[in-house]
Amino acid sequence: MNLDYAILAGFVVLGALFVGATVGVSNVLSPSKPSERKAQIYECGSDPVGPPWVQFRIGYYVYALLFVVFDIETVFLYPWAVIFSDPDLGIVIVLEMFVFVGVLVLGLLYAWKEGALTWR
Amino acid sequence: MNPVLVVLLRILAALGLMLANGVVLIYMLRKVLGHMHLRLGPMHVGPHGILQTTMDVLKLLTKEDITPRGVDRALYFIAPAAVFVPSFAAYAAIPFSDSWSITSLDTGLLFTLAALSLVPIGILMAGWASANKWSLLGGMRAAAQQIAYEVPLLLSLLPVVMFAGTLNLGDIVRAQSGLWFGFVPRWFIAFPLFWPAFLLFVIASLVELNQTPFDMSEAESELVAGFASEYSAMKFGLIFLSEFSNQFIVSALGVTLFFGGWMIPWVPESVVAPIAPVVFMLKVYTGIFVMMWIRGTFPRVRIDQLMQLGWKWLIPASLALILVTGVVLKVAQATQGVTG
Repeated sequence: MNLDYAILAGFVVLGALFVGATVGVSNVLSPSKPSERKAQIYECGSDPVGPPWVQFRIGYYVYALLFVVFDIETVFLYPWAVIFSDPDLGIVIVLEMFVFVGVLVLGLLYAWKEGALTWR
Repeated sequence: MNPVLVVLLRILAALGLMLANGVVLIYMLRKVLGHMHLRLGPMHVGPHGILQTTMDVLKLLTKEDITPRGVDRALYFIAPAAVFVPSFAAYAAIPFSDSWSITSLDTGLLFTLAALSLVPIGILMAGWASANKWSLLGGMRAAAQQIAYEVPLLLSLLPVVMFAGTLNLGDIVRAQSGLWFGFVPRWFIAFPLFWPAFLLFVIASLVELNQTPFDMSEAESELVAGFASEYSAMKFGLIFLSEFSNQFIVSALGVTLFFGGWMIPWVPESVVAPIAPVVFMLKVYTGIFVMMWIRGTFPRVRIDQLMQLGWKWLIPASLALILVTGVVLKVAQATQGVTG
């Protein structure tokens, strides 16, 4: 079991090493002839206009807030689902989840009514 | 054997599979899409062009790696790794057969989903760091898509977990062995209760994969190449390798959770056992073929339509699905004890 988690750590380390190695090998094998034109940011072939980091409408920060709420909810739902079919827990486990999901649905309905779910 | 060596060999096996899968899938994509467009696809390098992608990899390795002026250098170099590493780690829990899996994590399903949901962070990083307006838009779209569809994706798999009572992917497959009424395989897809869950899973995972019809983050007719516009040579290669690898992972998840993993219905396990990994791979590639079929068939949707669909339909639907599944399972348990 502990070996399993060691393997996961190994995945991260070896994955990063592999990325470094391939980019390194490719840099050794490939030519390098930098030029002014080549280093230009691609903007359909014309000279770039204005700063690259244009102001992007960050209007979906409300989506991000809702996302955090629902993502945390799923984190709670997974352990619930694992023990769900345990016969000892009976019908109570369903009722509890009706309450939990119900509260979140009310929140979603409120956000919907306030217009937070409309992509503008 | 030395445990360190075992760990190393297993990880290298996963790496080999990921690279081979990338080469095979790119060739398959070009051939499948080609034939769907009444073209031939690659034909010249090797018989029917089978060596084409190998040559493409060599070409990518020897191409000049251009770093454009004005990029955010640190993020620009980290981004390919941030895309590649989670997608590589997702191989850790996939069960190829009863005994063949790199690890048998008890939290396998959760781990795989977590790894997949890390990929868009790398995409956002690449989009931001490239200092290119197309890339920025592509990265932002990827982030918006990701947060809208991760919740339906996670929720759509809950009915399976509720039924199987475990997050270990191997055990989920084992829960699907045997026959129902003596002739229906106990695969979850055979139960009408799981059909809406499967539909939600397919839609949400296509969005998470940035696959057509939901490929707004790299829409070539609108955003050049989206977040990857400013990447060249092997950095570009690694980003695309991860994309293809994610297709494999999602298809493997679908096969594991709904289509009985390495099993063949009506054939005893002892007969299937020697060829189980082959059966699993065939099923996975069938799933990928369906994704390519969808890609060759449907036009791209608009981002506002996509967001509406996600928040106003799929999330409420998946919540309702969980409650309905819960009630149905408990009623079934009370009346005949079919669940295990």
